[in-house]
Amino acid sequence: MRVFGRDIPIMFALVFWALAWEIVGRAELVFLVPPFTHVLAALAEMVQTGKFRHATLLTFESFALGMGLALSLGIPLGVLMGRVEAAEKLLGTWVNVFVSAPLTALVPVIMILFGLGQTTIVVTVMLFAVWIIVLDTQAGIKHVNPSLLEMARSFGASRLDLYARILLLAALPEILAGVRLGIIRAVKGVVIGQLLVSIIGYGELFELYSRNFLMEQFWALTILLFAFAMLAAELVGWAERKVEFYAGARG
Amino acid sequence: MSISGATDPVETATKPDGIVQARGISKTYDGGIQALEGIDLGFPKGELTTLLGPSGCGKTTLLKIIAGLLEPSAGTIIVNGRAVTGPGPERAFVFQDFALMPWASVLRNVAFGLELRGMSRHERHAIARSYIAKVGLAGFEERYPHELSGGMRQRVGLARALAVDAEVLLMDEPFSAVDEQTRRKFQEDLLHLIQSENKTFIFVTHSIEEAVYVSDQVVLLTPRPGAVSRVIRTGLDHGGSPEELRRNKRYLDMVEEIWQMLREYLV
Ligand SMILES: Nc1ncnc2c1ncn2[C@@H]1O[C@H](COP(=O)(O)OP(=O)(O)OP(=O)(O)O)[C@@H](O)[C@H]1O
Ligand SMILES: [Mg+2]
Repeated sequence: MRVFGRDIPIMFALVFWALAWEIVGRAELVFLVPPFTHVLAALAEMVQTGKFRHATLLTFESFALGMGLALSLGIPLGVLMGRVEAAEKLLGTWVNVFVSAPLTALVPVIMILFGLGQTTIVVTVMLFAVWIIVLDTQAGIKHVNPSLLEMARSFGASRLDLYARILLLAALPEILAGVRLGIIRAVKGVVIGQLLVSIIGYGELFELYSRNFLMEQFWALTILLFAFAMLAAELVGWAERKVEFYAGARG
Repeated sequence: MSISGATDPVETATKPDGIVQARGISKTYDGGIQALEGIDLGFPKGELTTLLGPSGCGKTTLLKIIAGLLEPSAGTIIVNGRAVTGPGPERAFVFQDFALMPWASVLRNVAFGLELRGMSRHERHAIARSYIAKVGLAGFEERYPHELSGGMRQRVGLARALAVDAEVLLMDEPFSAVDEQTRRKFQEDLLHLIQSENKTFIFVTHSIEEAVYVSDQVVLLTPRPGAVSRVIRTGLDHGGSPEELRRNKRYLDMVEEIWQMLREYLV
């Protein structure tokens, strides 16, 4: 960011908006916005409650299970679609529809199918994350240099060798990009799922806070979730940059 | 036209003998394009044979069929008396575009063929190091392909093919992606290699000079569908100095004659 020709560090922007928030809160302009410091205080208090810890554990569990499912289904499916033309023809359209569809609309259907429990959340997370992983994996596999495969075959590579030593490694940059986007979508999925089911995890807390107009706690929880989503994406982004040196060098 | 002034120009009627033999090889691609038509050829052991012909005549196709990477539509490839059904340890390929794994170091790339054979890490790295040194890349073992020039990358590809100690080396225009000076150096290195390694080389190039310079035998192919037009034995002494060879009258005459033959195929 540049103001008056000077570089403003990103931290400064955060401080600026926190300050603006504080002023708006202090002035009691909007009922929904309590002062930022109060939100921070609520955050500190909230993280110590057993209820919060329980909800966090449950949320992480749903997230991890859903994401695990998305990875273990999405990557093989993407590889299959990248290698077998028939699979691409059969599934390609659907994957493309789902990757851009408003999946929130499907959550009520999932609720009917899987009940008002954690299973629904896990399935929602999976549903949100899996498509972009499939799509990016497929793109990565399709762009693997065919002469690398010929090279491996000429040195006696088995079918398994081709996948494990060439295809997956060569497609790794695209696969990781898909995983990063998948994680961002999975965070959306876990929040939306919990909000709609609204009797477990953070959904229950959100429901509790908003019904009782506990705005400080409500914002505290929101900030926490945003921070988590950013952190998770940043982590995969870091891994991505680690493999980028060869992604850029591919000819 | 015969090779004027040559001491004994042998133009054999392609009798298939040698460590690698092509017997009646034809290839028609799925789309209906016929690339090769009834190729009968013998590649003598310990010699370098060049495939020369107009662009698109099927040189790469023939080389890949010999490598076992492509199946012929008709005919058989015999290596050491046995019919080829796929890639095998007695053949190694050097790729025009190098085909190096960008995520692996030079050492790992060179050792890759041995890794696929299940050789222990220690053993294969020792072998890889010696061939890396042999192609003049000592000190670059831990570098990655994108840190190397085109010429250096091709040396890595060559070292990888040498490391598996195959009897037959198949090289598809290995020097086409490097500059002229590097190319000359490569050609000289290749001649040394032939002298020291006692391997059979099958080599594809577009350059007539290069073909005559490095080969014991030059195979001229017709335009698509590629068929054998002539097999010319160069009869040149590759042991002498490069300058001598490049000024040799027989060498110059042969380049000119092959040029005249290939000219018919242009237009
Ligand atoms: N996979 C393929 N499918 C269909 N046709 C192909 C395929 N590969 C090559 N061809 C065709 O077969 C013919 C011979 O191709 P090939 O690559 O063997 O020629 P080449 O002699 O190596 O040419 P160049 O000198 O340009 O490298 C060409 O006309 C080419 O278009
Ligand atoms: Mg070719």
